[in-house]
Amino acid sequence: MHSNGLFLKDVAGFLGSYYTSLAIMNAVAALILWQKKKQVGWAVVWSAVAGVMMVLASLALSGSAAWVPSLPLSVRNLVNSLSGPVNYTAGTTALFAVLFIFRKFFVQPMVAWTVLNVALLLMGLSMADENFASIVMKPDNVPIVGLVFLLAFFTWVATSQAVVNDERIARGLPPMEKLNDEKVLVWPDLVYTELICMVGVTAFLLVWAIFLQAPLEEPASSVKTPNPSKAPWYFLGLQEMLVYFDPWYAGVVLPSLVVVGLMAMPYLDFNKKGNGYYSIEERKFSYLVYQFGFFELWITLIILGTFLRGPNWNFFGPFEFWSPYKVEVLNNVDLPQMFWVNLLDRPLPRVAAGASTLTQVGTILLREAPGLVVMGAYLLLLPPLLAVTAFRSYYAKMGFIRYMVMVNLMLLMLSLPLKMILRWTLNLKYIISIPEFSLNF
Amino acid sequence: MAIGEIVRNSQIWKSIFRHPMPLDRRNRIVVMLTNFFLHLHPVSIKKQGIALSFTWCMGGVTFFLFLVETVTGVLLMFYYRPTLEWAYNDILALRDVTSLGILRELHRWGAHAMVITTWLHMYRVFLTGSYKPPREFNWVIGVILLLLTLLLSFTGYLLPWDQLAIWAITVGSNMARASPILGYEGPGQQLLTIGGIDMITDGSDARFGLLGARFVGEETLNRFYVLHCIAIPLATALLLAIHFWRVRKDGGISGPL
Ligand code: HEM
Repeated sequence: MHSNGLFLKDVAGFLGSYYTSLAIMNAVAALILWQKKKQVGWAVVWSAVAGVMMVLASLALSGSAAWVPSLPLSVRNLVNSLSGPVNYTAGTTALFAVLFIFRKFFVQPMVAWTVLNVALLLMGLSMADENFASIVMKPDNVPIVGLVFLLAFFTWVATSQAVVNDERIARGLPPMEKLNDEKVLVWPDLVYTELICMVGVTAFLLVWAIFLQAPLEEPASSVKTPNPSKAPWYFLGLQEMLVYFDPWYAGVVLPSLVVVGLMAMPYLDFNKKGNGYYSIEERKFSYLVYQFGFFELWITLIILGTFLRGPNWNFFGPFEFWSPYKVEVLNNVDLPQMFWVNLLDRPLPRVAAGASTLTQVGTILLREAPGLVVMGAYLLLLPPLLAVTAFRSYYAKMGFIRYMVMVNLMLLMLSLPLKMILRWTLNLKYIISIPEFSLNF
Repeated sequence: MAIGEIVRNSQIWKSIFRHPMPLDRRNRIVVMLTNFFLHLHPVSIKKQGIALSFTWCMGGVTFFLFLVETVTGVLLMFYYRPTLEWAYNDILALRDVTSLGILRELHRWGAHAMVITTWLHMYRVFLTGSYKPPREFNWVIGVILLLLTLLLSFTGYLLPWDQLAIWAITVGSNMARASPILGYEGPGQQLLTIGGIDMITDGSDARFGLLGARFVGEETLNRFYVLHCIAIPLATALLLAIHFWRVRKDGGISGPL
């Protein structure tokens, strides 16, 4: 189904007010810069951008579907054909890496503002695509769009302060927060801030509630299974993990480990620096671990699960129609199969009917030996190996128990991205597969 | 005398508010110490600790959203009956018949917002390293609060009893079926076989405990309703009290030493 005139007429009104808001946003920015007599050149740029946004708004509101600003069909098709779980993951990883490495550049207000404008513009242009809009505008998906922009904004807020603090600390100065350590009375300074926050949140919620109706689908029916059937959006990262692991691991063990890992964090991070102020340089390791878990393994997976997974949990590009008939060829193999059959050219070890329990267990162990060796090496060999190499100083400072807890939590966390990579490169389904005990890993 | 002054000098007013108007320094201190709602706060605080750029006021906003959810939730309970016969129709009526037809919207969007602000609050606490000593345990309490927030949202998702609701809960709770040892499709469930009798079946496993039945049905609706309206909010309120108390006892909002 491709964008048709009827749909475009429907979104035109929304897009008109959308671009108008962007114009106002840029005009206000220009005005503020102008009044401060700072960066007057940029004030001119943002006024020009505001002008362009007004033009886009009038195009959207022109009444003719053909004029609604949108991405050319060829671009949309290109994006669709390029997107898939591999490129999506690689792309977001690269994006995070670039943002992190060049953070000093990206936190500059004018750069951040440019990035925001580009993101909002792309969003607007994409909304003129019927397939994109139908997913993004689903009432329960709207909060995730908000989440993405909020995360970007607050990451910017935090990183710009961290960058300043890191520079100050490098020069032997205390962090910025230290400059503000005179005491003020809670009434009025804090109580009024809280009041204003409450009024703001209330106003925001009221507007949201008035303009967006809560979803209510057909009455529940236990015989009509919708396709796709999705968990609530905040659990879609977990549902996405089901592609790579069985439910016992993706749905039970991994989430429990997330909770345990979060709780353990303050007891594992022995670095005393960076307590009570924004900084990155002083706690790079814990910073990167947390950001990796939060952004790579939680947020991007939620976005993938919500916007890019359609019927039968197949992957769909952002502008692709969610056809229930799309077929994805699955030819994944288990490690024992790879080892015994493909590599050694032998049949899988199998138990004869009526064999004793001991023989049965022995045969299973033999069959699964390759996987058990791999997993054994990963979980038992790597921790001591790391203790004398990369994590030598950590081991010395943390002691045996704390070190082991940390390393094992990290290895289990990395089991997800590693399994993803193995799936994409080797079509590996299970490393260990013991259906006799419903134990597949 | 101006009306305001008459009111403020009346016996009734004075019996309610234990302090004069906080207009001067002395009374601004007194008000913080003598007002039940305000005494959660300290009297004075480092400027840095209340800077919006530092805390983003995210914990505060999350707490406010919890209050909004409580109020709108109680109002919704006046209209909603958790039975297969009525649940869906009551939600429908809330939209079409009831005045103030955005009650459900406020509650639902408030819930989504609360999940998001909890994540953002945790993100800020991490980025400022505020989980480090002496605040380790308050971080742990925070993690439990995060869990409770997600569970509140999850249990509430079922209540409208539409297709979206039951299938989301079905997908979500199917995971429990695969719990190691305790789920009847989970690894190692054979271990709990006593005297040849399999203890873990689809009528006794973790998922059954969650749903109160073998599939999402009326028992589940009742169970989730009670969890959503009573059990989890109470647990959350208790932990919030401890969370706030610990913020004070751990030395107030964190800051550089
Ligand atoms: C229902 C959810 C929650 C509510 C209502 C809440 C509320 C608050 C409030 C009002 C504060 C005061 C400072 C601020 O606003 O930032 C605070 C501080 C704190 N919160 Fe939470 N919180 C919640 C969840 C969490 C979570 C999920 C975590 C972490 C996993 C957490 C950890 C902390 C810590 C460590 C502090 C002390 C921070 C400091 O001193 O800088 N909280 N919380």
